[in-house]
Parts: sequence; structure tokens; C-alpha cells
Amino acid sequence: MATTPSFYDTPSPPGLVGIKAWLLTHDHKRLALMYLWAVLFWFVIGVSIGFLLRIELMFIGRTIMSAEVYNSAFTLHGVIMIFLIAIPAIPAILGNFFLPIQLGADDVFFPRLNLLSWYLFMLGGLLAIVSLFSGGGFPDTGWTFYVPFSIGTKHNVPLTVFAAFILGMSSMLTGLNFITTIHRKRLPSMGWMQIPLFTWSLYATAWVQLLATPVISITFVLVIIERFFNIGLFDPDRGGDPILYEHLFWTYSHPAVYIMVLPGMGIVSEVIPTFSRKAIFGYQAIVYSSLGIAIAGSLVWAHHMYTSGMSDTAVFVFSLFTFLVAIPSAVKVFSWVSTLYKGSIEMTPALFYSLAFIYLFSVGGLSGLLQGAAGPNIHIHGTQFIVAHFHFTVLGGTGFAFFSGLHYWWPKMFGVMYNFRRAYIAAVLTTVGFMFHFVPMFILGLMGMPRRYYDYLPQYAHGNFLAGIGAIIMVSGILLMLINLLLSFRNKIAAPDNPWGGCTLEWMVPSPPPLRNFITEPHIKEYPYDFSDILTNPPKN
Amino acid sequence: MTSQRDLTGIRIGMWLFLYTEIILFGGLFVIYSVYFYDYSAEFAKSGKELNRLIGSLNTIILLVSSFMVASSITALRREAKKLCLGLLAASFLCGGIFLINKYFEWTHKIAHGIYPNSPALTNGPPGKNVFFGLYYIITGLHGLHVIVGMTLLALSFLLVYKGKITAHHFSLLDNSGLYWHLVDLIWIFIFPLFYLIL
Amino acid sequence: MDSEEQHILSFKTLGLILAALLLLTGITIAVSYFDLGIFNIFIALGIACTKVSLVLLFFMHLKYEGKAIRRSFIGTIFFLFIMISFMFWDYAFRH
Repeated sequence: MATTPSFYDTPSPPGLVGIKAWLLTHDHKRLALMYLWAVLFWFVIGVSIGFLLRIELMFIGRTIMSAEVYNSAFTLHGVIMIFLIAIPAIPAILGNFFLPIQLGADDVFFPRLNLLSWYLFMLGGLLAIVSLFSGGGFPDTGWTFYVPFSIGTKHNVPLTVFAAFILGMSSMLTGLNFITTIHRKRLPSMGWMQIPLFTWSLYATAWVQLLATPVISITFVLVIIERFFNIGLFDPDRGGDPILYEHLFWTYSHPAVYIMVLPGMGIVSEVIPTFSRKAIFGYQAIVYSSLGIAIAGSLVWAHHMYTSGMSDTAVFVFSLFTFLVAIPSAVKVFSWVSTLYKGSIEMTPALFYSLAFIYLFSVGGLSGLLQGAAGPNIHIHGTQFIVAHFHFTVLGGTGFAFFSGLHYWWPKMFGVMYNFRRAYIAAVLTTVGFMFHFVPMFILGLMGMPRRYYDYLPQYAHGNFLAGIGAIIMVSGILLMLINLLLSFRNKIAAPDNPWGGCTLEWMVPSPPPLRNFITEPHIKEYPYDFSDILTNPPKN
Repeated sequence: MTSQRDLTGIRIGMWLFLYTEIILFGGLFVIYSVYFYDYSAEFAKSGKELNRLIGSLNTIILLVSSFMVASSITALRREAKKLCLGLLAASFLCGGIFLINKYFEWTHKIAHGIYPNSPALTNGPPGKNVFFGLYYIITGLHGLHVIVGMTLLALSFLLVYKGKITAHHFSLLDNSGLYWHLVDLIWIFIFPLFYLIL
Repeated sequence: MDSEEQHILSFKTLGLILAALLLLTGITIAVSYFDLGIFNIFIALGIACTKVSLVLLFFMHLKYEGKAIRRSFIGTIFFLFIMISFMFWDYAFRH
């Protein structure tokens, strides 16, 4: 039986060879992989900088860097992790590869726009690198670029925020493409309530990408304008209000965290049913809660600003809405756990990371409630508690979901299987290291240690030292995970089409898929998580 | 799966892009609304320093040009190619006149010491500084969009002329038209907020 | 797949809309010469919203578009509305 050539052997547009088959491609799968290598490059750099920051903090006084370098280092760490990894990674990599296939389509609606999105991503990254070396040095403002410091500091702010502006354009266009694809390129037989949950999560995310990103675009444009023309829009001496900058910044940056986490939740909603051999509990609840999170997430931004000087009424209102937005997230946790209950569970590295996600994200989310309450916030704002919170949600959440998705879909993307034993060792090291690294920060924060501080009082020494040990363990785990995945290319153990017994359309095509994704006309069942066939005929591992 | 063009899909894509532009300017209108609340009296006073005649003229010019762009599509679809080209050229011209008017307005203001970070504004009432800061930023960004819109109109003109855009194949003209109308929409709000407040 | 013909707007309809827009422009300019206190801004914005609606519905043929575009447009405006109005939880209640 002749096998259809995979997309690796079939360039699109046809006739391209060598590097041009990648750099000029219209194929969503190639673009996904180009994003993957770029994001992994940034991930290694971002983790390394984080690691160096934590080595610096392990001991009182100067350890390996000066205070000035420290300020630029944590800014760079934040800018890379947020704009170059957490926001784009899952949609641009796993979304690009699998959204069209899950819908039964042959590509996204605007393939060339997709290529443009990738070039914008690379341009943004390049500008960020250039801004490291250009006059003044990399910004020392923190990734939040608060005024007036971002306007006054001698470090090179305009180039960096311009890089973020370009990255925002990439994000917006990806959102635009995904929305149009989901509306117009679904299989005719696939109604809205039959779309797989990963794709649904990308739909909700795409709306946030599309509508919220322009706010940060204009905000960063204003920072650049202020740097060059000194209008005084945020300068109290000349009529401006610096708090207004914070409002504008967070009007994007809070919905941005939902851009980060919604696709992660989508991955978990795929992985849990597959490895429970059981339909997802509460499919509709997950759909509506995803949309609910996207909408409610745009009502809460000023919970980052309780201590800024804004009115007490605003503090009250935003605190109220913050508590409400926790509800749809909790709905999902209940749905996932209910799916596992009485399921026929098969443990795999992908499931391990998703289970870790559920725990870590829940802890992160609960700590968020603590911060969302106005009273406690006065005590913990600007402390290490916040640092712990957002690492639990973004790394423990989005990061672990991304790792889960990588392990879940790796055989489909590359046609090879990785070593399970090493994967489990890496996963355990990462998770245990994560706990030792970030839990001390919750305690340090409650004890009053500020964030973004280069040095600290003696009572914080033990906690910072322990966090440093945790960093070493965690980074070892992450490194092992990456090495293990890359070793799959050397060991070349062929992966079957459906190694896990998944139900969604990507498991019905070869590993890796052909250019147009499907060999025969795809057919879906009434319900995307119908495991009846899989249970009678489970895959042999 | 499909090699036929999905016109509705293309239009959905264009509208999605327009939403990003709406929110982009929306952010600036957010700033305007906050500062208008803080400095209503000073905003009204400063608004009087802008030329209502030129503002009104520019409003009318953009409205007429929007009409002409919309009509150019009707003309094309009724196979009246020459009329279509004429309307597109006239719209392009309207854009040019708008920008010339803007140029005169700006240079006049600058000559009177009203420009970003000028001594008059820095040492004057804070509300006035904010008003004119916003004036330059919003009309400046709007002007950039007029230039982009004119470029799209010119491109459409060329492609209609060459027969690449036809009565049955006019998505690019349609979408350029939508972009031009957006430029008009934004000005419809800029006009009263800067020129007509008392 | 999709060859539905989009509704063509006649020159007459477009001309009527332009006339309405110019009339509204005239009214809003005229009103600005009278001091009606706080009502000036509301009337000006009200007229602006009407003009914008006419351009959207007819010149941009929003009136003839499907559910996806109509609903998403409303959603965008709603987001903008939230952005502006929620600012005032802060600014309207400062001391």
C-alpha cells in the first residue's frame, strides 16, 4: 500500500526547495514548527535569565551581578517570557498545527497572513535583541514599563516597547486568522457544539487577542511619543495622570493572562478525556466558561492597581468582579476532575503534566483570590507573593499545559515517539523543583519581602536560598525534558497514527500528516469525545 | 478542500481587522474622556482656538468621499468602469485636500506656539496642554490612516484600471472601501470632540 | 462554495444617506453656537453616533451582513463601552 507523502516532503506553494520551502511556506504545519523552534530558543534564554536572577538572590549582597544589571535582567526575563513565550506559544505552535485539522480543514483561512504573523514574531524578537545592545542599555523598568520612570530612564525603552508593539501585531493577526477559520472552514457537518475543546479555547483566546491587544499597542505608542516629544500626557505637572497609564496598560495585560491560560486549559480538556477513555464531563460548561473567562477577564484589570491611588470605589468594584471571574475557572477544574472520576485512566507524560496543571493552576488561582481581596492586597502588593502567584498560574498553568501538549502531540507532529522513563523523571524533577522554587516566595511575600528588589534583609535569607535550590532542580528537569524530546529525532522510534486512542480528527490522519491534512474525507461522530470505538479497540502501546 | 473564494470569509477577516483599529483609536478616546471629565472648562476654552470652519470643511470632505467610495463599488458592479475610476480618483483627491487642510491647521498652531512641549503649553493651564497634546496625537494618527487609506484607494484604482478588479471579483475594492469608511468614522467623532465643544 | 451575491446599494440610496449625513453635520455645527451647558456634549455625541450608524449600516453595508459580523461588531463596541465606562469607577470617585 503506497503511503501518502507527509507535509515534510510536500512544500506549499509547490516547487519550493531547501530553506525557501520553510521561509516562504503557506502550510500551517510548517509555520507551527517554525514558531516552535523560535519559542524554544526564547524559552532557553528566558529560563536562563530567570535562573541567574535566582542565583543572585540566593545570597545577601552582590552574588553574580550588579543592581543595575539585575534591574535590566528581570525586565528582560519578563519581556521574553510574556511577549515571546507565554502569549504566543500555544496558539502559534499547537494552535497553528492542530486547529485546522481538528476542524477538518486543509489550512487556516488566510495562509499568507499566517506567514506574515510569523515574520512579525521574528521581527519583534530581533528588535528585542537589538535593544539589548543599543544605546542606553536594555530597559530597567520591569516589563510593565510604568510611567514616569519608563519615560525618564536613560535606558533604551522605545526600541523595546516597539518590539512588543510588533509582537502584538503578530498576535492580533493570528487571532483574526483563527476566528475566520473557525467560522468559515469547519466541516459542514461540524456544528458549534461539536468543535473540539482545544479549538474552542483558541476561539475564545482569539477574541481577546484581537480586541485587547490594540490597547497595549496604543499605550506603547504613547510611551514612545512621550519619550520623543515630551507632551506630558502622564505628567502631573502638566495635567497628566500617571495612573491613567496603569489603567491602559492593564486593560490589555490582564486579558493577556487569559490569552496565556485559555489555550492551556484547552489542552488539558483534550488530554484528560483521552487518558480517561471517557467523554469530557460538562462539554457545554467548558465552552461557556471559556467565553465567560474571556468576557469577565476584561472587567477586572484594576485589581493590579489597588494601591496606586485610584478611588476606593474602583477598588471595591474591581475586587468584586475579580471574585466573579474565578467562578468559570473553577467550573473547569470540576469538569476535569469529574472526567477522571471512574475513568479508565492511562498514565502518560502528557497526562502527568496536565494533572500537575490542575493542581498548580488551582493553587495559583486561589492565591489570586487572596490578592483580589482589597484588604490583603495592601499587605502583599509588590511582594514576592505576587511573583509566586503569577508563576504558579503562568508557568504552573500555561507552561505545564504547553509541556503536556508537546508530549501529547509530539508523535503526531514528528512521527516519532520519545522515551517515557526519561520524560517521567524530567516531569517529576520539574514539578518538585517548581514547588521548592516558588512556594518559599509565597511565604517570603507574606513576611514582607518586596519583589524586583536586588537585595534583602537577613530574615529572608533562608527562603531565598531554598528557592535557589528549587531553581536548580526545576531547571534540571526542564532541560532533561527538552533533551528527551529532541532525542526522539535520533532514536527514531516510529509513532502510530493514534498512539493514545484520541477521538479528535488529528488522530485520524497519519503521523506526520500529509500536506492537505486528510487523505480521505474526514467524518466526525455526533460528539467529539465519543470513546466507544476506542474502548472496544484500544491502541497497543 | 476548497479552491473557491469565500467572499463572506474575506469580509469577516476585514471587519475583524477594523475592530482592531476601532479599539486602537478607542484607547485614545478613553484618554480623552478621562481628561475631558477632569478639565471640562479648559477643554471647552481650548476648543475655541481651533478653526471650526476648517474642521467643518474636513468633515464634509470626508463624508462626500465616503459616499463616492461606496458609489464606486455600485458603479463597478453595474459595469460602469469609467464612473468607478472617476469616483475613486475623486475620493483620493478628497483625501489629499483633507491632508492639506490639516497641514495648514497644524502649521498655524505651531506658529502660534501651540505644539507638543512648547513653552506656552508647558507653562499654561494643564488642561490646555492635555487638550492640545491629545489633539496632535489623535489627528496625527488619524492623518496617518488617511494616508494608508489613500494608498489603498490608489491601489484599487490601478487594479480596476488593469481589469484585475472586476464586477465579480472586487474584494480588494470592497475592503479598501471599508478601511476608508473607518477613517471617516473616526473623524466623525474627532470633529465634535475637538471643534464643537463649548 | 460561497457565491452569494452581496446586496448592491443604489446611487439614490447612497445619495440620500449622504444628504442625511450632511444635514446632521449642519445641525451639530449650528447647535455648537448655542451654550446649552452640559447638553452640548450629549447632543454632539448623539448626533455623531447617528452619523456613524448611517455610515456603518449603509456605506459599510453592515445592515446587509450576516450574524457573525453584526454580533461581533456589537461585541467590539461593548468592549469599548466597558473600557471607557469602567475608567469612571476611578475618575468619578476620586477626592
